[in-house]
Amino acid sequence: MDKMPKWADVALIPFLNLLIAFVLSGLVIFAIGENPFKALMTMIDGAFGSTYGWGYTLYYTTNFIFTGLAVSIAFKAAMFNIGGEGQAMIGGLGVGLACLFIPTVLMPHWSIALIFAMIAGGLFGAGWALIPAYLQAKRGSHVVITTIMFNFIATALMGYLLIKPLKLKGAQESASASFPDVTNLPTLHELLAPLGISFSKSAPANVSLFVALAMCVVVYLLMNRSRLGYEIRAFGESPTASVYAGISPTKIIIVAMMLSGAISGLMAINATMGQHERLILNAVEGAGFIGIAVALMGRNHPFGVLLAALLFGFLYQGGSELSLWSKIPRELIVVIQGLVILFTGALDNMVRMPVERMFIAAAKRKDA
Amino acid sequence: MDFLTIVQIADSALRLATPLLFACLAGLFSERAGIFDIGLEGKILVSAFMAAAIASVTGSVWLGLLCGVFASISFSAVHGVASITFRGNQLISGVALNFLASGLTVLAAQAWFSQGGRTPPLMGKGRFPPIELPFALGKSDAEAAGVPLRVLIDQANPIQQVYSEFISGHTILVYVALLMVPLSWFVLFRTRFGLRLRAVGENPAAVDTAGVSVIKLRYASMAIAGTLCGLSGVYLATGLGAGFIKEMSAGRGYIALAALIFAKWKPVPALGATFLFGLLEAIANRYQNIDLGGIVIPVQFMQALPYILTVVILAGFVGKSVAPKAGGQPYVKER
Repeated sequence: MDKMPKWADVALIPFLNLLIAFVLSGLVIFAIGENPFKALMTMIDGAFGSTYGWGYTLYYTTNFIFTGLAVSIAFKAAMFNIGGEGQAMIGGLGVGLACLFIPTVLMPHWSIALIFAMIAGGLFGAGWALIPAYLQAKRGSHVVITTIMFNFIATALMGYLLIKPLKLKGAQESASASFPDVTNLPTLHELLAPLGISFSKSAPANVSLFVALAMCVVVYLLMNRSRLGYEIRAFGESPTASVYAGISPTKIIIVAMMLSGAISGLMAINATMGQHERLILNAVEGAGFIGIAVALMGRNHPFGVLLAALLFGFLYQGGSELSLWSKIPRELIVVIQGLVILFTGALDNMVRMPVERMFIAAAKRKDA
Repeated sequence: MDFLTIVQIADSALRLATPLLFACLAGLFSERAGIFDIGLEGKILVSAFMAAAIASVTGSVWLGLLCGVFASISFSAVHGVASITFRGNQLISGVALNFLASGLTVLAAQAWFSQGGRTPPLMGKGRFPPIELPFALGKSDAEAAGVPLRVLIDQANPIQQVYSEFISGHTILVYVALLMVPLSWFVLFRTRFGLRLRAVGENPAAVDTAGVSVIKLRYASMAIAGTLCGLSGVYLATGLGAGFIKEMSAGRGYIALAALIFAKWKPVPALGATFLFGLLEAIANRYQNIDLGGIVIPVQFMQALPYILTVVILAGFVGKSVAPKAGGQPYVKER
């Protein structure tokens, strides 16, 4: 035997990676003079202790499912899409334009508005990923650099639009007018009330959560049960072999990046349409970047992404509660995020190599 | 626009270009040795924080410089361990380090100073003082003449204006940064070490065959990159600014990467590229909206211009920019 059992690869190594990241996070909390266990308790209570907490946790989770899936599709094609942040921003622009400018006559119900918004958000997000994808496919310009640049360009563009053309006349804030009422998505409170379940009224979790869950299934089917998914995975595993198999690299790079951008853009139905109900400057709040951590932690599998998104949803909501009740600032989440990316992504081999050696040694001993 | 205004914009461009230049040269050493360094941003940030924190606690900007550079080198070391020893993905490692820097600096600043993620403003010996070159108009001349310095420079002849405003009166790190350009060129293109470093970025197997350690060379490049990036952060907090503010690097690490591509991974063009980007920032700072005969260019466009230019360059429309061949690939020794 020269390989590890599958369970070790799928569960044990990610678990060990996470454990190291979390132990180090605990040490960071300890180093700034706070009690890590008390902090963890505050976070758990804040995120899961009430339906209000759950409402926020699930709201963040929804964002991270979209961005995590987006990054994971690009990863499958061996591409690193750091542009989720910008794609989600521009997706938000699409959703916002749809909500503001499609006449309400055409949108008699929120579900129809949602479909329009999804189409617009997806197209805008995919469009924002198209230029980096095209440059990578045709000109060989590194997609990592171009998507970073496009994040900054997106920020500048949104800044311009919300200070000049789209800004609500006479308002102080850089934000658009509020969307028409019919486009407001039902929150979990409204969805669960008919079932006799009482859920916090003020929490932002909304029907987009179910769209996100459905998206996990769609991405799973697409990647594992369709010809396109097979081609994307084949290209990601070995570009040269896939070319021999008649797969066009240009097509795969562009399609995978645009799918990735579209799903990032869909995040806006949760944040822009579901929560803010108008266009604001920073609706994405770094969720595009968290998608990287979520995809790495979830091992690029939709179910893994779902679990990782829930974990980061917990960290986000727990972290903001923590900053209310203790002296630990919200930025703790960014530290944890960095450590998770470092240990599950870049330093994966640090854990993998010794564990692999251990398993092989154990197997040899059994053989002897 | 009169001549003095142009000189003043150039002066401000030089100041704004300095942190970019340090970071760009840091990226140059790293990428020439075959290691992508997206973590420039994070290294600038940790170094800026440590420099400001130590300078504010001890009152010595030189101790601050030392600690800032040390912080940046330790981040470089983590990047080295991840991407050289454990052959991890260099891009992912860089992204992780950026997040780590962005979070840790605020956490530490809050724990030490409790001022909402910033350090107390630096004063006196906590900052680098401007250096007045000989024959330049400075504070002492203004006092002797009994008029404000601005008036004195306004009345001077154009050559004196350029000399006093643009060339003289910067902190020592600006001159160090400018000096680093020929020095980097010399090290990379005229020494044995530089030849080997460049070779490691193009064809590490060949370097290994010649009996030179790829791993040692790559770690050396990480150390150099860490030092230069550290200086960038130190200048940001103690020269350009006066203290650390949360997220004060503000994307400069990425602009430096953009400048590196613009400069086609060469030291002298790096000076030109970073000065250009500094100039764009200086113009955007000075004029909010630029009116070009009826067409108004919004300030956001100026802010986005470095990124747009980089994409255009990357697209190959303005001359091709080719990265070192072995960039981003961990080296696995053959057995």
